[in-house]
Amino acid sequence: MMKVVEGSYAVAHAAMCCSPDVVSAYPITPQTHIVEHLSQMVADGELDAEFLTVDSEFSALSVLVGASAMGARCYSSTTSQGLALMYEVLYNVSGLRMPVVMTVANRALGAPLNIWNDQQDSVGARDVGWLQLYVENVQEAVDTTPQAYKIAEDMGILTPIMVCMDGFILTHVYEPVELLDKEKVAGFLPAFKPEYVLDPANPKTIGAFADPSTYTEFRYLQFDAQQKALAKIEAVAKEFQETFGRTFGGLIDTYQAEDAEIVLVTMGSVIGTIKDAIDEMRAEGIKVGLVKVRSYRPFPVQALRKALKDAGVIAVIEKDVSIGNEAGLVTDLKAAFYNSKIRTPIIGFTAGLGGRDITVKDIRKITEKASAARKGIESEFEFLDLRTEILP
Amino acid sequence: MTLIWKALIHKNRDGRAGIQAASPRLSFLVSASYFKNLSRHRKGYIFWSLFGGEEEVSRLKEIRIHGRGGQGSVTAAELIAIAAFEDKRFSQAFPAFGVERRGAPVMAFVRIADKPIRIRSQVYEPDYVVVQDVSLLDVVNVASGLKPDGKIIINTDKPKDDLSLKTDAEVITIDATKIAMETLGRPIVNTIMLGAFCKATKEVSLESINKAISERFKGDLGKKNLLAIKTAYERVA
Repeated sequence: MMKVVEGSYAVAHAAMCCSPDVVSAYPITPQTHIVEHLSQMVADGELDAEFLTVDSEFSALSVLVGASAMGARCYSSTTSQGLALMYEVLYNVSGLRMPVVMTVANRALGAPLNIWNDQQDSVGARDVGWLQLYVENVQEAVDTTPQAYKIAEDMGILTPIMVCMDGFILTHVYEPVELLDKEKVAGFLPAFKPEYVLDPANPKTIGAFADPSTYTEFRYLQFDAQQKALAKIEAVAKEFQETFGRTFGGLIDTYQAEDAEIVLVTMGSVIGTIKDAIDEMRAEGIKVGLVKVRSYRPFPVQALRKALKDAGVIAVIEKDVSIGNEAGLVTDLKAAFYNSKIRTPIIGFTAGLGGRDITVKDIRKITEKASAARKGIESEFEFLDLRTEILP
Repeated sequence: MTLIWKALIHKNRDGRAGIQAASPRLSFLVSASYFKNLSRHRKGYIFWSLFGGEEEVSRLKEIRIHGRGGQGSVTAAELIAIAAFEDKRFSQAFPAFGVERRGAPVMAFVRIADKPIRIRSQVYEPDYVVVQDVSLLDVVNVASGLKPDGKIIINTDKPKDDLSLKTDAEVITIDATKIAMETLGRPIVNTIMLGAFCKATKEVSLESINKAISERFKGDLGKKNLLAIKTAYERVA
């Protein structure tokens, strides 16, 4: 049954349905209601898990390294500076091949101090070895949570995963959501049975030293696991659809893209606004469409080449910036096309930084600029709506 | 032709499309398998265009609630969203995110529509504005972007002509603080403003608002709030 609930509650409920053994989190700002609701569920006996509140995000994820090594199914959630403080441990979790699932409520990083939404936190952590899925609405955040465990815990993959949902915009919204059924999730997501666990009766070392003769091979295996995840993400989305009757795409999703001359490429909650803008422009005869990147890591090179091969021009919209060289998604997309036969012009926009609103008007403006770029690119990359009047 | 299609096509509230034949005579026109074989997006497009896209968009109603931190503006937005959903419509409620402090001006938004709501931007041209605290008129342009055929509902004990308000929209005043003191014994007006909103706009039913309130506030507090809403509902013309 659908119910109007807060995004954070819906995600906490989805995490509860996945029956994690250990939930560890830093409970103070920057945090969302997600772990607050999980703590309540544990206190109420609705979730049989060890719930740990610790002194920092560094500790929160470190606790999960220990728990995961014991074979526990682990969950955490964080945002912005919290993810930044986890940075060292992010590499340890992925390098140790621990299938931790973490919801990242995407929020801006300081300085300047800002609490609002953008995706700088997780896009900036694209190379830490975690898989990253970006969701467009609360329902997708809910549905992606059990999918994330299923992907992460696959024996050929064993890689942690971030489910990235726009902070505030999705974590604090009340909207109709179909909450998951715990028993149905149990059927979809079997219990976690890792092959190697720490066990005093059968001692072994997890996290040993790797010198130059083996370190490269460890990284290669992680790289290879992410490549294997490409097919798994698609398969799991399909299986979820068969079981629960809903899908928001596998690696990517498209909207009005088949005959589109102008294709917008993006991730996250701005997709809803873009879909409305597309309907408005289509009604006026503008052939515009959307390709949604759901999986940012692994980056779905082949799926994107296929979906974008007939586009006349591509405009990437993203809520992050790689200070020093454009932004994450646009550079990845250009790289994906360079050695292919696709010679479509690609322009990039960074927008919605630090909570700046993205409206239908903004999307129309981007579409107009993209349309003009077909005749020649004037600006390869720009900050949308830059307030030049307040610049020095 | 569009009308026939419209009659045949029924969109489930979970956003998935289903097909209902309006009559057995017309059922040959549409075959479930025809739709099944179309791509998901083509299907969506057909539904969208047949459903009368324009018409649907125009039925989207946007509400902005002004209050001060601690006055329950976000709760009021949530309750409208819950009540609208109870009325078999779609809804979305969210706060204007900020660094909330008690007493500081805050805003919350609600959207109500007959189809799933996708847009995520803030509300700039509301159909309705609710003002929980008349003192906000001195510090915030509460009527900003309000549609000329819209409505603004203000908690005040002053007659509306005494308010410095620049809008062509209909102004509705209610002394919600007085009702709150009478019914709740405390100057908390958010649920009272819901009663006024319900009567003034007819966007949500009184039954659904009452249901949402009863689920949120249990026991004596719930009963008092129901009385408060009823009083407000009756006092709005």
